Amino acid sequence: MTLKLGVPSKGRLMEKTFEWFAARGVSLSRTGEAREYAGAVDGVEGVELVLLSASEIPRELAAGRIHLGVTGSDLVREDLADWSAQVAELAPMGFGHADLIVAVPKAWVDVETLDDLDAVASAFRAQHGFRLRIATKYHRLVRDYLRAHGVADYQLVDSQGATEGTVKNLTAEAIADITSTGETLRANHLKILRDAPVHCSQATLFAARGADWGQVAAPMAKLAQRLGITLPQEMSLQDS
Amino acid sequence: MTRAQAIASALLAQMQDAGALPVAADILQPAETLLDLYGEDIRARAYVTHDPALGEMMLRPDFTVPVVQAHMREGAEPARYCYSGAVFRKQERAGGRAREYLQVGYEVFARDDPARADAEVFALFARLLAEYDLRPVTGDMGILKAAVAGLETSPQRKAALLRHIWRPQRFRALLERMGGHGPLAQARADLIAQLRSRPADALLQEAGQMVGLRSEDDIRARITTLLADAATPPIPRAQVAALENLLSLKAPARAALAAMRVQNWAALAPALDRLEARLDALDAAGIDSANLPFEASFGRTTMEYYDGFVFGFVSARDDLPPVASGGRYDALTAVLGQGRAIPAVGGVIRPGTLAALEGAA
Repeated sequence: MTLKLGVPSKGRLMEKTFEWFAARGVSLSRTGEAREYAGAVDGVEGVELVLLSASEIPRELAAGRIHLGVTGSDLVREDLADWSAQVAELAPMGFGHADLIVAVPKAWVDVETLDDLDAVASAFRAQHGFRLRIATKYHRLVRDYLRAHGVADYQLVDSQGATEGTVKNLTAEAIADITSTGETLRANHLKILRDAPVHCSQATLFAARGADWGQVAAPMAKLAQRLGITLPQEMSLQDS
Repeated sequence: MTRAQAIASALLAQMQDAGALPVAADILQPAETLLDLYGEDIRARAYVTHDPALGEMMLRPDFTVPVVQAHMREGAEPARYCYSGAVFRKQERAGGRAREYLQVGYEVFARDDPARADAEVFALFARLLAEYDLRPVTGDMGILKAAVAGLETSPQRKAALLRHIWRPQRFRALLERMGGHGPLAQARADLIAQLRSRPADALLQEAGQMVGLRSEDDIRARITTLLADAATPPIPRAQVAALENLLSLKAPARAALAAMRVQNWAALAPALDRLEARLDALDAAGIDSANLPFEASFGRTTMEYYDGFVFGFVSARDDLPPVASGGRYDALTAVLGQGRAIPAVGGVIRPGTLAALEGAA
């Protein structure tokens, strides 16, 4: 049985992932035609490269269909319930940085923090008759964050893209979204709250707790040595 | 029939014997009412589904809301209802607690003598659960609310604290800010300095284009509120300490009452009178109030509709949820009654937990 390593199938995330592994003596490459999703691993025996959309990797890890996977830490936390019970974080990889933040209109000169947002949500509901809408696609992360900070009287509205435009389009009063430079936020007259971000995401190597580790002990040991990582003890115990 | 179902049937029959009318409720409930009541958090706890014609629906997370709605629509007064059926709660953990479990409940809607109605519900539950080894706990959200209302501070601050009385961490952070301490106080001071640096017109002008539904008037109104709040003196340290003492009070109910009486806190007196009347009613119903556990903060982290007496029955097994819980929810009937309101008190029992306890015996 081979150890299955899932990595993003295209773009910068794939290139950076290949570079990260190459720097550690493991060569990943796409094979076949340019459009064919097939890959190869050189440098470690018994490892199979599985090219996947970054957004599918959390699900594949949870199902145990891949042993290891590279994806954004935000996607794992958003897509998997009780994520740390399903996957283990092996290595933050130092690229793909993006912060999940809460932003409000820049014109809200009376709002700088979640404490303010909570007060505004209360007044907004009294004034407008419905709960202040926050547009996001990160429902779980944002809801947990707002609950932990005691924000009430808001509602999440789903936005799968162009989230920064929802405020201007009057479908939300505030947003929670990923940003790296903040350019798009500024262009849409929004500002980031001063509190710590909901989550600071980066590309991360994860291991699936539910995968069958019994027959891949040898390639995993070799890979771990090359990459300078250790599998959590409760998972390596299955090796026997 | 499972053991839990058998227990549920027996409990329901006893509730009917106690004079309650059995009622049913749809499993599919409109999501909007529940969302309005509980806020976004309910989405993390209830199963949300979608109906092509009716929109967002939820598998009922409890019976209280549909039972109150039915009563407000067509109920006679006073009224006693009982029900038994499955409720549904999402669980984040793969093992975790039950996602679908039985609830048997009893609700009393009555205008006269709330102390007696409180005692009636508690005494009934105590009797129904007498054969199990459980610890009762009681509390009183009314006392906490009275304590907040009695603070020496502005009505706006009291309202902000009351709004978060069910979120202990947030409540504490607010209280700290209003006392002039902690990180929130610092952030607020920074904001105030910014708002005082220039007239509101200039600030708004610099901020650029207005976007969104929250209007310039909304923003100006809050600036006025913020500046007025900044001129409000901090809540005195002694009062914050007294409130925190109250929140941590745990004692047998009569001793707790005496301990609160000697504080000589005038604002608490009416709420303490109500507690005393309830304890008298409990004694009359055969409950020994001298030995009844009372915890001032009990009920603060559960659903936020209880506003008076609260109670629970818990087992020694910390892997099991509480066997029973309940309380008074006068304000909820006003929210759901569209202008009408009636004092109400009730509670639920989880037969599945009782069955699990029997299995361990």
